[in-house]
Amino acid sequence: MSTQVQYSGGFGNAPIDAAHAFRAAMTVMAKPGQIRTLRGARPPEPLSVAAGTLLLTLCDPDTGVYLAGRANNAEVQRWLSFHTGAPFVTAEQADFAVGAWDDLMPLGAYRIGTPEYPDRSATLIVECDVLHGNGAALRGPGIQDTSHLSLPDIAALQGNALLYPLGCDFFFTCGEQVAALPRSTQITAGT
Amino acid sequence: MYVAVKGGEKAIENAHAWLAEERRGSPDVAELSIAQIREQLSLAVNRVMAEGSLFDPDLAALAIKQARGDLIEAIFLIRAYRTTLPRFGYTNPVETAEMACDRRISATFKDAPGGQVLGPTFDYTHRLLDFKLAADGEVPAAPEGAARREPTPHITEFLKGEDIIQDEPASEDTPGDLTRQPLEFPSSRPLRLQSLTRGDEGFVLGMAYSTQRGYARNHAFVGELRIGKVAVEMVIPELGFAIDLGEIELTECETVNQFQGSKTEPPQFTRGYGLVFGQSERKAISMALVDRALRWEELGEDYLGAAAQDEEFVLSHADNIQATGFLEHIKLPHYVDFQSELELVRKLRREAEERITPKEAAE
Amino acid sequence: MVEQTEFSTKARRAWMGLLARAPKEALADVWDKAGLAPAFDWVRAPEIGGVMVRGRAGGTGAPFNLGEMTVTRCTLALQDGTIGHGYVQGRSKSGAEVAALVDALMQTSGADHVRSQVIEPLERLMKDAKLSRAAKAAATKVEFFTMVRGEDK
Repeated sequence: MSTQVQYSGGFGNAPIDAAHAFRAAMTVMAKPGQIRTLRGARPPEPLSVAAGTLLLTLCDPDTGVYLAGRANNAEVQRWLSFHTGAPFVTAEQADFAVGAWDDLMPLGAYRIGTPEYPDRSATLIVECDVLHGNGAALRGPGIQDTSHLSLPDIAALQGNALLYPLGCDFFFTCGEQVAALPRSTQITAGT
Repeated sequence: MYVAVKGGEKAIENAHAWLAEERRGSPDVAELSIAQIREQLSLAVNRVMAEGSLFDPDLAALAIKQARGDLIEAIFLIRAYRTTLPRFGYTNPVETAEMACDRRISATFKDAPGGQVLGPTFDYTHRLLDFKLAADGEVPAAPEGAARREPTPHITEFLKGEDIIQDEPASEDTPGDLTRQPLEFPSSRPLRLQSLTRGDEGFVLGMAYSTQRGYARNHAFVGELRIGKVAVEMVIPELGFAIDLGEIELTECETVNQFQGSKTEPPQFTRGYGLVFGQSERKAISMALVDRALRWEELGEDYLGAAAQDEEFVLSHADNIQATGFLEHIKLPHYVDFQSELELVRKLRREAEERITPKEAAE
Repeated sequence: MVEQTEFSTKARRAWMGLLARAPKEALADVWDKAGLAPAFDWVRAPEIGGVMVRGRAGGTGAPFNLGEMTVTRCTLALQDGTIGHGYVQGRSKSGAEVAALVDALMQTSGADHVRSQVIEPLERLMKDAKLSRAAKAAATKVEFFTMVRGEDK
């Protein structure tokens, strides 16, 4: 029954669960390439547990959310509305966007901030089929030497890094796993 | 020289204890309750709600009690509290045309539909101290008339028919929110109105008065002043429709200003707008005058260099919490800053003396 | 066992709005008198927050942010799964709980009892209070009369 899906699956203990999730989200963003477990929410299909938990942690009535492709269904909308109150917006207006990489593209649609306010940019939550530490080489703030992460599209993400200090930031989610890639990270294909 | 100074904890603790005792005053006198403040000092409560930017009479009354009646301190407490509240959303704009009016007057139209309703006003009192209030006394019930059941239309609606007053076309643009994003200049009328409605009453009054005295003169009449309750409605995302979340008291003032016309606009009347939480009519009228003065650019008027026309000046200085925060911080320890200034002044004096002394010796 | 019934959005808006606006003491009072204590589970426990109230420039023009007001909300589920939402002005967790219970019960076959015991008494109370203020306002309405002056003759 859809009303059950709408009202269930939130945090059991919102202050504690959100604090744990926020800590995990901060950690992966501060240490690009690290993969952490993120759970607490039970979102409707097709959202992963990690993506759902991120949305409940980061969204509120002041953050516009863009649901891309398959993630944009009535159950997800109702669930997110009840638990966060976040308004649904287009990619161009989004503070957060969630969906599979291909559904989220093109990257040029999203806000990248302004020189005065680089933070007025979008954060993309990319649902991935796989998430592992064998992939592109990452260097930059928060990384000792080099780390590795499976990335959906290296060229596009390299282009985003070139915009620094402007640009988008990314979370990659897969089941209960989360990793992140801030705009400040340099990406090299292979090792 | 840098000297780290510690200590003072005990002194602060004792100061707070004494503050609590002084707040209570003589124990021989009955203690004030929150309900007494809310019911009997309601205009102070209204001011704290308006400038604290949070409608909650009980909280405002508590803040007044805690602040020993210092309203700016009480406003500070409310501002601090409101930052802790999760924001559930944004309401639909309130429909002031639907207001259940306690008071509604117009200085421009004697015979406006709905009439001149004075309400519980100080206006025609003699401003003589009433020593009866110093003694306890029963207040007789206020007389009642035939209650008006239909809403009272806005006065400006009547002028609209003649096309002789500037229109305020409705829009559904999302207004900026200065509690969420820092103010940038040039701003916009919605941000100016938000800033003015939470601005310091004394400051906004002073600015408004300056326009009346000739600085950016914009001869204003109170087209309408109304005080009463309106319902607050918000769309609930999980329901998909709007419900009333409550009812708040508001004061609304619309000024009608003579306008000679400009390069782009024909001669007509223009408008200034004030809308404030609670019964706060001095503030609402002031807000309308300052709003009108700040609209010079939009209406194609000349910038006369008046303070009330300068949005950066007005908006940057209207907030009494910002102002008091910066002003009062200079009484806090600045030992190190001052030490460096002291060194500098001593050095300058030494140098000046050295310049003078050899000259004197030569004479 | 209660059953869910048909009701219009308009009717639900009306009762939810009434519960939100009702003085908290009056709400608690009528609820206690109604003697209802349905079992329920929290879907969202009561939380106190704020909403940003908006006005319009000139009363009809572009929206602007006027200031916030306190609101308490909660969501609960009756044993049969009926969901009730409580939104009330101010900071009253018990008020929000009663509002959510009433909202849920108004969707069930027990609605008639709740309407007569809770909704209607509140409606009367609030209407009387509103009319009393309107009557006092009416007594302060100026009745102009024009004096005939010599030169007009």
